[in-house]
Amino acid sequence: MTKKILLEKIDVPGIKNYEVYRREGGYRSVEKALTMKPEEIVEEVKKSGLRGRGGAGFPTGLKWSFIAKPEGIPRHLVVNADESEPGTFKDRYLMEFIPHYLIEGMIVSSFALGSNVSYIYIRGEYAWITDILDQAIAEARQQGWLGKNILGSGFDCEIYTQRGAGAYICGEETALLESLEGKRGNPRIKPPFPAVKGVWQRPTVVNNVETIAAVVPIINEGGEAYAKIGIGKSTGTKLISACGNINKPGVYEIDMTISVEEFIYSDEYCGGIPQGKRLKACIPGGSSVPILPANLLLTTAKGEKRLMNYESLSDGGFATGSMMGSGGFIVLDEDQCVVKHTYTLARFYRHESCGQCSPCREGTGWMEKILKKIETGKGEMKDIDLLWDIQRKIEGNTICPLGDAAAWPVAAAIRHFRDEFEWHVNNPELCLQQNYGLAHYAEDIRVPVA
Amino acid sequence: MIVFSDQKLKEVKDIISHYPEGKQKSALLPVLHMAQEEFGGWLSVETMDYVAGLLQLEPIEVYEVASFYSMYNLKPVGKHLFEVCQTGPCMLNGSDDIIEYIKHKLNIQVGETTADGLFTLKTVECLGACGYAPMMQYGKTYREHLTKEKVDAIIEECKAKSN
Ligand code: FES
Repeated sequence: MTKKILLEKIDVPGIKNYEVYRREGGYRSVEKALTMKPEEIVEEVKKSGLRGRGGAGFPTGLKWSFIAKPEGIPRHLVVNADESEPGTFKDRYLMEFIPHYLIEGMIVSSFALGSNVSYIYIRGEYAWITDILDQAIAEARQQGWLGKNILGSGFDCEIYTQRGAGAYICGEETALLESLEGKRGNPRIKPPFPAVKGVWQRPTVVNNVETIAAVVPIINEGGEAYAKIGIGKSTGTKLISACGNINKPGVYEIDMTISVEEFIYSDEYCGGIPQGKRLKACIPGGSSVPILPANLLLTTAKGEKRLMNYESLSDGGFATGSMMGSGGFIVLDEDQCVVKHTYTLARFYRHESCGQCSPCREGTGWMEKILKKIETGKGEMKDIDLLWDIQRKIEGNTICPLGDAAAWPVAAAIRHFRDEFEWHVNNPELCLQQNYGLAHYAEDIRVPVA
Repeated sequence: MIVFSDQKLKEVKDIISHYPEGKQKSALLPVLHMAQEEFGGWLSVETMDYVAGLLQLEPIEVYEVASFYSMYNLKPVGKHLFEVCQTGPCMLNGSDDIIEYIKHKLNIQVGETTADGLFTLKTVECLGACGYAPMMQYGKTYREHLTKEKVDAIIEECKAKSN
């Protein structure tokens, strides 16, 4: 059983409110941090091995150490609460039920980075969560954790929320900054990186909600203690949002030593697949990471048990592995159609492409159309190769990673489920009535007993 | 007349104060949300021009933003807007059936508004509620774990509100 850190107190009645949160030990990390030097905080975060929890997994301490400090120019911390990757709903859970955790982490991080005004950029649809955060900020301010000269330390800090308005692309950090400036969410060309020229051309660090929350236990217990949890370079705990065909969808905090099999089948987590159906496939880290068939999901190509962590999930590269990504864990049971599921993702990426780079703007539209054609029984064999060709031409050829994010799901679906695409082409009528299911390749899929 | 109340103007001022001097353009997204809520659930050219004036922007700076983000409605919508998610995880849990059911119940297609102007149905992409699928956004809240019965209840609730 994972020792919970971020979600340890989530069930304490009233934990949303300041008094209860404080009584349970909240804001201790601020008291401690303000007696430290900012560099010491960065050092602790480096020692903790914390990696960005938004998807890219970049070491947080290192990111912080890149922030430029030109004389007389303010710096900013911006929290990325845009959470829009299909399958991902973990930050929402944290903000909705224990909002002070994020505020506490932000005060400490702002102090470490020298940000006197920090922002939470939250997806526009999370309107009620924005209200919850505003309320928490107001409480923190009233109690002297925000404002001027916090705890007599001489450090001033304000936090503001800003709602987006429905654009996946704004989860990309430079698009987010454009949006925060009141513009269309078109990603910027890097360099310059936000750490040098971010919002309003000022040095800026953009971090995911969960990343900033994790700074609280790191300061309270020390970076070394945090690094002891987990395994290898996957230190600490990770929030996983599990959905699709499972008995217990929801948000789980795991330490990254448990196996994928345990995560899916144990009652502590997903609780297996409804109606005793078999596992067909899974996208383990949000819609943009490669889908894996059950056998490769549970066991790596080397024959080892696959674990729920950065290294193990990506073991084998894209040929036989996937990625930890944002922790959006999507499970498909034996009756699901991979072509159709991939089609919905392609439609998503077409809808969300900002339109700046031609490969992505045009390519996502083509992929959607071709997938729809195949899915509705109108496809030809050559369409499958065309689809492969298009995704290859998008990947790596765009300003921001949305291009890759759109290409990968299509590539992986063809890589591992080509027979299912071909079946659609060969059975134009049948594919409208039934799914390809599991029958055709069940032999090589090891089905664990629940 | 498209004019914010004094109370709302105070809110606008407050939002502008969150940003550095001269960067009031940053207030554009929040102010557009306010304007949409205040002025009939959508952004007419008149509304956008008003917002441009408030924030000292060129109208085009407002139009290009309003047309980029999917939450801004550039056409009038019904009194009650149902936005049903149709992306992968919701699809795995039956969002197709829910969309069909709403279409049938309200007798409209996706993107249309009922003749009495009460309901508009839209499909949207993942709203971050994948574990509570199928789901839709209605007003400021999410309605999750949708079933046909729940849809019926929501429609009744809306009708009651409009009476
Ligand atoms: S897929 Fe519907 S909310 Fe995420």
